[in-house]
Amino acid sequence: MADLRTDFIGIKSPNPFWLASAPPTDKEYNVVRAFKAGWGGVVWKTLGEDPAVVNVNGPRYGAIHGKDRQLIGLNNIELITDRPLEVNLREIKQVKRDWPDRALVVSLMVPCEEQNWIDILRRVEETEADGVELNFGCPHGMSERGMGSAVGQVPEYIEMVTRWVKQHSRMPCIVKLTPNITDVRKPAQAAKAGGADAVSLINTINSIMGVDLDIMSPSPSVDGKGAHGGYCGPAVKPIALNMVAEIARDPATHGLPISGIGGVTTWRDAAEFMALGAGSVQVCTAAMTYGFKVVEDMIDGLSDWMDKKGYTSVDQFVGSAVPNVSDWQYLNLNYIAKAKIDQDLCIQCGRCHIACEDTSHQAITNMVNGERMFEVIDEECVGCNLCVNVCPVENCITMEPMAPGSIDPRTKKPVVKDYANWTTHPNNPMAVTEAAE
Amino acid sequence: MTQTKAGPDIAAGRLPEDAYAENFSDLHPLLEPHEAQVEADRCYFCYDAPCMQACPTSIDIPQFIRQISTGNPTGSAKTIFEQNILGGMCARVCPTETLCEQVCVREVAEGKPVKIGQLQRYATDHYMAENDTTPFTRAAPTGKKVAVVGAGPAGLSCAHRLAVHGHDVTLFDARDKAGGLNEFGIASYKSVDNFAAREVEFILSIGGIELKTGMRLGDNLDLATLRSDYDAVFLGIGLGGVNALGLDGEDKSGSLDAVDYIADLRQAGDLSKLPVGRRIVVIGGGMTAVDIAVQTKLLGADDVTIAYRRGQDRMNASEYEQHLAQTTGVKIMTWAQPKALVGANGAITAIELERTEEQNGSLKGTGETVTLPADMVFKAVGQTLVKADLGDALTLDKGRIVVGDDRRTSLSDVWAGGDCILGGEDLTVAAVEDGKVAAESINAALSA
Repeated sequence: MADLRTDFIGIKSPNPFWLASAPPTDKEYNVVRAFKAGWGGVVWKTLGEDPAVVNVNGPRYGAIHGKDRQLIGLNNIELITDRPLEVNLREIKQVKRDWPDRALVVSLMVPCEEQNWIDILRRVEETEADGVELNFGCPHGMSERGMGSAVGQVPEYIEMVTRWVKQHSRMPCIVKLTPNITDVRKPAQAAKAGGADAVSLINTINSIMGVDLDIMSPSPSVDGKGAHGGYCGPAVKPIALNMVAEIARDPATHGLPISGIGGVTTWRDAAEFMALGAGSVQVCTAAMTYGFKVVEDMIDGLSDWMDKKGYTSVDQFVGSAVPNVSDWQYLNLNYIAKAKIDQDLCIQCGRCHIACEDTSHQAITNMVNGERMFEVIDEECVGCNLCVNVCPVENCITMEPMAPGSIDPRTKKPVVKDYANWTTHPNNPMAVTEAAE
Repeated sequence: MTQTKAGPDIAAGRLPEDAYAENFSDLHPLLEPHEAQVEADRCYFCYDAPCMQACPTSIDIPQFIRQISTGNPTGSAKTIFEQNILGGMCARVCPTETLCEQVCVREVAEGKPVKIGQLQRYATDHYMAENDTTPFTRAAPTGKKVAVVGAGPAGLSCAHRLAVHGHDVTLFDARDKAGGLNEFGIASYKSVDNFAAREVEFILSIGGIELKTGMRLGDNLDLATLRSDYDAVFLGIGLGGVNALGLDGEDKSGSLDAVDYIADLRQAGDLSKLPVGRRIVVIGGGMTAVDIAVQTKLLGADDVTIAYRRGQDRMNASEYEQHLAQTTGVKIMTWAQPKALVGANGAITAIELERTEEQNGSLKGTGETVTLPADMVFKAVGQTLVKADLGDALTLDKGRIVVGDDRRTSLSDVWAGGDCILGGEDLTVAAVEDGKVAAESINAALSA
């Protein structure tokens, strides 16, 4: 069995699966249950200053469901912990003492004044927690008070506060980033400049989950009104993967440890975040949907996959996919693929045909010799992959690369073996003679 | 203790009082909203969907399922009614496993078709629960009058479509109640809660249709008069005659026509009052044979056997119906044909069956016989058109009315549809299509 032990910026945990700072990590009771279930670590729900914040007493969560009520996306308007600071600190200290092998990181959010940070850091250090995570991500409520994502949206503030934290504390420091920005590399660079040991991302995305059309209120509705909340869950994973990859491949932040967050529901999701550079992952929605037991298969599935691939430790594949994240301009324009429909697997629903016919390139038949049949017309197929995506049968339609030297029936030109990209393309007004890579 | 009894054992109330309601409850209860959502989501919204091609009335099935899925069951029902105003009954009685669901791509892919019939019922029941009238409005009155003879599926479908086009329809039916086989024929557990009558009321709500019951062609109604009194005539008269076995003793009590008994059963206010034999033999292999066999079993008969003269694969009853019979406890005896009805004191006591075999494609008795004790023998060997009712003006073939693609008969002002026409498929949904097609043709003729 593969070794899942993780050393993330010096914080050790038996596996890379941490619970994110969120409702599941608000109390000793929950955290102990999580550790008993097998979670490798937790980031304790964000602590603030006393007096504690208050939460709404109406709905705090909204969801997007599939037809069978599969929870696809979740949003929330819950604030940071609403329990007294002292209570949280006492419990954190106790839990760390009882569970020394698990990672216990404390999330923090206080106003942007140096003294406020000095004060809370001092108290957190006394708990002997493994590190701190600076919550510069929460997009609702706290941001209206100049904290959370209000800080995360200003790289200068990120750098400033991170610097205070590193200056006044010996604890490893993770900066949690908000996705509610235009270029995630900027806040990551700021965190690094401020001395952060790592970044974690993504926090939740500004969102309105829906509109109650009877009362004309955003949902979830608190007495007829709604405020934007933070979106998370399986639906946000692609956004999170991109942001993680952007930071991982940015020369300015390359090598900066990343804790990946955003819709991690299965071991495979975790492996994908890790392949894009995350040294650990943080989970919330999956646990809130199914309970803490989901970690069992995350551990088992990841381990099994690693065994099959011959990885004996997680660091052997963390970041492995980063070199393959590129820019559009460097993609090989000489690579030509055509869709191919396996007639044995085809159930003749015709979705590929109508998608291609109505919205794309008219490259799939619906009749062949008077019979209902769906075949790719290579002369028209641009290899866009839409048919693959709309086909309800897995592997029924595949994208088959054309061999170099063969003639592309669409362009009537031979498939060129050599790599060539937009940077040298004759249609590019800015073309150079030698292809950049 | 063995109880012996002289004469046939035919009695009512064989079951505990509460067993009737349970036995004759809905075969497929209405889907719950969540079930419907989940099932609707299984539909792939196929292009040029095979299910739609397989539907005799060409209902846009992917569209109505999608409308359920999007939370628009009213629109879904309208999509159905657009093609099939008896969509509610068809949802209950269509042999979907040999029509739309047989060709569903999910049947092909995984052997589990989308439950199209049940979704159709979900939509149509929703609509009929929320609306008293059909979703159509009548066109401006044309002043044309059409006689529709037979208020079964074909006639109702035709009358409704004609009314939509603004024609005035007189709908005649021989019985005292409209509905035809929907009301008097199909198995009770397929149409609970008086659905057939409610559907008739729904269809008539379009207006412009005058229902006249107790009017029977060949009796108090004749084709020549109808032709002179109306601008067009549609015949949806079904098959009024019943094939006989051609055996001695068919006049004995206990030798019964399945369709008559089913009609009695459908109209019975209290099933516990309906006498049923302890041992039943049904002769036939179609839907009617299964319907009578299953229902007598559900009424408390001990022993019900369907005797069919060929192999089970040749039975006209669908595979689903055969399974329904067998899981209800009906025995299906194949390769057996009736030879003699055995009786005493004017009543049936047994039936002698002869084993059969097929030689060079033709069926022959082997000479070997088996005698099954029977208190009731039901004939379900097909129905016939009563030619005498029609006069001699219409062209018939193989005992059925000949029609063209537009369902027009050999008489230019007479159309026909349903079981009475040549090529009639013995399906409610096919009858509905006949009525619809004929109505469009009549409308075109009257508008010309």
